[in-house]
Amino acid sequence: MCGIVGLFFKRGLAVPSLGRLLARMLSQMAERGPDSTGFALYGDAAPQGTFKATLHSPHAEYDWAAFEAELSATFPSAYPARYYGSQAIYTIGADRWQFFSWLTCHHPELVTFGFGERIEVFKDVGLPDAVAKRFGLEHRSGTHALGHTRMATESAVTTEHSHPFSTGLDLCLVHNGSLSNHNWVRQSLRREGIRFVTDNDTEVAAGYLTWRLGQGMSLKEALEAALTELDGFYTFAVGTKDGFAILRDPIACKPAVLAETEDWVAMATEYRAIATLPNASTAEIWEPRPATVYSWERH
Amino acid sequence: MIEVDLARSSVRTLNERLHHLTPRANELHWRVLNPAGAHNIAVGITQRVDVEIKGHVGYYCAGMNAAATVVVDGHAGTGLAENIMSGLVRVRGNASQSAAASGRGGFVVIEGSAGARCGISMKGVAIVVGGSVGHMSAFMGQAGTLIVCGEAGQDLGDSLYEAEIFVAGTVASLGADCIEKEMTQDAVEHVAALLDRAGITANANRFRHYGSARRLYNFHIDHAREY
Repeated sequence: MCGIVGLFFKRGLAVPSLGRLLARMLSQMAERGPDSTGFALYGDAAPQGTFKATLHSPHAEYDWAAFEAELSATFPSAYPARYYGSQAIYTIGADRWQFFSWLTCHHPELVTFGFGERIEVFKDVGLPDAVAKRFGLEHRSGTHALGHTRMATESAVTTEHSHPFSTGLDLCLVHNGSLSNHNWVRQSLRREGIRFVTDNDTEVAAGYLTWRLGQGMSLKEALEAALTELDGFYTFAVGTKDGFAILRDPIACKPAVLAETEDWVAMATEYRAIATLPNASTAEIWEPRPATVYSWERH
Repeated sequence: MIEVDLARSSVRTLNERLHHLTPRANELHWRVLNPAGAHNIAVGITQRVDVEIKGHVGYYCAGMNAAATVVVDGHAGTGLAENIMSGLVRVRGNASQSAAASGRGGFVVIEGSAGARCGISMKGVAIVVGGSVGHMSAFMGQAGTLIVCGEAGQDLGDSLYEAEIFVAGTVASLGADCIEKEMTQDAVEHVAALLDRAGITANANRFRHYGSARRLYNFHIDHAREY
């Protein structure tokens, strides 16, 4: 099972209703994935020379104020943070590898859910309406977003094992299905320097794309390469800083529906999630073909 | 005409009303508004009624249909008319995977295209698709007819028993034990009659005929000593 949704505005500035629309889509996918819910939003760009990092603490009572004080002392150019319970978004004006080295040494208890110029990643155990409320999704704006409701098959039901998975700059992936060669691929990617937080199969797919993009491939090329190297059942939805892509495996067991209007592209596991969007009734609607990459870029 | 607005009423209530119809019921024409991709709309009808659904439907629409005519004025999700017994199910748009799966009888018309596994395990249903069908269509088909006016995806008719397949366009590949057969005059007339019933205009002479080579499911004499 699992439900995935994606909404991509093709042009223009950040859309104030993005979060509200994504929350509605996620709500429709509750029965497909009642274990956990997550979403990635592409919002306002971090100022020049900075990047955003979404950090998560497994402890609900984590002392974010103490962490922020320590962070500001180490990296004076850090911007004020935004807090969402167990998660926080920091905008940091430092070399990101310098920051992550510091974080790993001084705060190994924190998990990075995503980082980049625009990406913010939120996820937690629970039904979509509750998780959306927890992170104030209704009020979030942006240009595009991906969401996921999880019915766990491959690994534990925890916040860390929830989707989306983000393993590289502004890249994130949600997945409906299961990969059968993820242990082997994870091992190979670790040798290439890709870091993994969990034993989840989807994180391996995200890591694979990060690796391929790092080699200079376009998102489309990276997904086409995934067709031969990732084995299993999948419908993937992928977000990048300015792009959005969909891929189904060659057997296409896992459902997917795409819809497009002049303004937006939407993807969902089931049409009923798309039906909640304005102008859905006039959208062009089709089922993505197996083993075919569909991608859009903002210009 | 009875109108049911699914923005105000549930699918369960609609289906209960349809299930409680008797052979002498006066409520013969139903119109369903705002389906919004909901699942299981108009499943299990057993009476000779007309149901028109205005919009896109979710999974298993008109499943197990017997006697009724169900028309979807939109697209349909997975498992349209699965296990249909009799009657007519028509979709004006496209249908997702496994349309008419296991259908035992009746008639399914998809005016647009159908996704993967259209007519999987069909057991007597007649299916006419105005557009193309996805991969593994008519997989393990046992009886009935699948007519495709467009193209067919990979592995058409894989592990076929006795269903008949007719395709006007290109077939990406044939599945195990599916072969091209002669397009006899009887076959042309059979296709023409079903196209006419479906209200789809196409030249029956352009279709090619595919069926089972009957090598997979029969006991093979060469293996006699294995037992």
